[in-house]
Amino acid sequence: MAATTPKEPVQFTGAGPLNAPISGVLTWVDQRFPLMALWRDHLSQYYAPKNFNFWYFFGSLAMLVLVIQIVTGIFLTMHYKPSATEAFASVEYIMRDVPAGWFIRYMHSTGASAFFIVVYLHMFRGLLYGSYRQPRELIWIFGMLIYLCLMAEAFFGYLLPWGQMSFWGAQVIINLFDALPVIGPGLSEWVRGDFVISDATLNRFFAFHVIALPLVLLGLVAAHIMALHEVGSNNPDGVEIKKHKDAQGHPLDGIPFHPYYTVKDIVGVVVFLFLFFLVVFFMPEMGGYFLEYNNFIPADPLKTPPHIAPVWYFTPYYSILRAITEDFMLVLAIGVASYAALIWFTVRDRRIGIAAVVIALVLAVLMIGGPLALEAKVWGVAMMGAATLIFFILPWLDRSPVLSIRYKGTLSKAALTIFIITFIVLGYYGTQTVTPAGTLISQIGTLIYFAYFLLMPWYSVMDKTKPVPDRVTM
Amino acid sequence: MSGKNTDQGKRQFLVAATTVAGGVVAGAAAVPFVASMLPSERAKAAGAPVEVDLSTLAPGEQKTIEWQGKPVWVVRRTKDMLDTVRGNDSNVADPDSKKKMQPAYATNEFRSIKEEYLVVVGICTHLGCSPVGKFAKQAEAFDPNWQGGFYCPCHGSLFDLAGRVFKNKPAPDNLVVPPYKYLSDTRIVIGEDTKGA
Repeated sequence: MAATTPKEPVQFTGAGPLNAPISGVLTWVDQRFPLMALWRDHLSQYYAPKNFNFWYFFGSLAMLVLVIQIVTGIFLTMHYKPSATEAFASVEYIMRDVPAGWFIRYMHSTGASAFFIVVYLHMFRGLLYGSYRQPRELIWIFGMLIYLCLMAEAFFGYLLPWGQMSFWGAQVIINLFDALPVIGPGLSEWVRGDFVISDATLNRFFAFHVIALPLVLLGLVAAHIMALHEVGSNNPDGVEIKKHKDAQGHPLDGIPFHPYYTVKDIVGVVVFLFLFFLVVFFMPEMGGYFLEYNNFIPADPLKTPPHIAPVWYFTPYYSILRAITEDFMLVLAIGVASYAALIWFTVRDRRIGIAAVVIALVLAVLMIGGPLALEAKVWGVAMMGAATLIFFILPWLDRSPVLSIRYKGTLSKAALTIFIITFIVLGYYGTQTVTPAGTLISQIGTLIYFAYFLLMPWYSVMDKTKPVPDRVTM
Repeated sequence: MSGKNTDQGKRQFLVAATTVAGGVVAGAAAVPFVASMLPSERAKAAGAPVEVDLSTLAPGEQKTIEWQGKPVWVVRRTKDMLDTVRGNDSNVADPDSKKKMQPAYATNEFRSIKEEYLVVVGICTHLGCSPVGKFAKQAEAFDPNWQGGFYCPCHGSLFDLAGRVFKNKPAPDNLVVPPYKYLSDTRIVIGEDTKGA
């Protein structure tokens, strides 16, 4: 026996048996960096509810797609030229002359759409099981910031091939800033770095796409996971697993993330990669939805393609943008007024009622107040922005006593179903050319979209919920 | 250092002063980066006036010229086309061109110097797409009673043959008429005019 007290032995829970030299190295590292502690806290000793189902694949899949995008992106930058005269040709060069260039580029372009598919399903999971509810509000907010960042990343990246849709898509979106009163025109000039979309615009979008936003994205992903591991994962029952713990203090309904969920997620990864490479190899354009046909034509600043639509993942918001026309402003103003009336007659706190009425009055004047009214175009941009930002306040809109859809009543179930259908219908009309019927449907869709969120404080309370079990069910 | 004799007021003042000074420095440091994204001197210098030859343009035809990187349309309007403009006042949002979308010399019924030639920037005032000329009088998906004009494929805005926007369309304003002047009967220059002409 040594005279000195031995150091507390390092625990290697879940890491499997290690032979002496490796364990020696690990001890050396652990005395200098919390390697095993990180491993324990986030994998081998992170207890996740044991009743995760299909919908819980999409978080780890989103991380996988992020890795695919970063790796393929790095190799694409080795051959791509961010210049208006060379960009289009350099993408064709990657497709035709660079060994496996086509493969890397199709992985990147398919990855963009795959990212949104996975993220939309991941968000839907949150809506289903109330994963945004207290105490997980910040996880949801970080997640929404990731979503916004991803949209920006997709938008900047889409200009880089310098095709017709790249050019005109960017033209339309940057002109959105133009709609803002006073600062608009100056702001859009600043974003473009020129009076039109040009080489300067392409070059800076390249910088945003390959370095600025990926850095922000990685930071947000880290924050998202840290917040998740701080409060613990929700589950399909929406019950708190930390309420019942065993003698060691581990949740009775929890299992270590590694190896149980790492193994489960690998199954998800295999299935996902099957589908992903099916697209990469056999239908990389996905009928014009993943890669639009007009983008195989070099950018022409003098000619807009006959049919212009954003890539599918932006189309629900694009529909909302197009739905706001001059004659729709009256409907919007009536909507705002009725909402204020609803607050006035149902909220007991008069201060809130007065605030609602004042805000509604201001909005109504800006909508239909004759000379004081803002143009419909400004409102289109505002509504499109609001449609993405409204997700942020979701944790405070849902006032149901239960988290999960399993124990919510018919009202909430119907509301979520109608919302999802609306989102898809808006998405569909966003890909189509403008027709009077399409505009009308988009307008109705816009109203339903906002009603889902804004009426939630009422219908989530009126809803008849079922009793929630004490422990998770399988 | 013991905390006993700490002058808390002084400490708070120093913290606040350091924060303010640091904030000012950080704000000032952002200036060159923000400024670097503004249009460069080269971009500002580009965009010289362009000359256009009208003699090759047949009646009812359109020509697109690049000026400052933007498409500028010159349309030679026939009598019939001008008549559709005349009868269209009730359908458009700003029939008398009250908003300053054109130079004073083009603030008239046909929004042009000579009524035969329409000169407009071919950029939709909504979100900057370039509308398409649909000059034929025929039923269109967007208007069964179409009299001829321009259709924006992006968001469905319609303009008549004087570049005036139809009511209840996403585009708020008429198409912009650039500064231009006639050098001779068949030559114009875009981007330059005689002041007060």
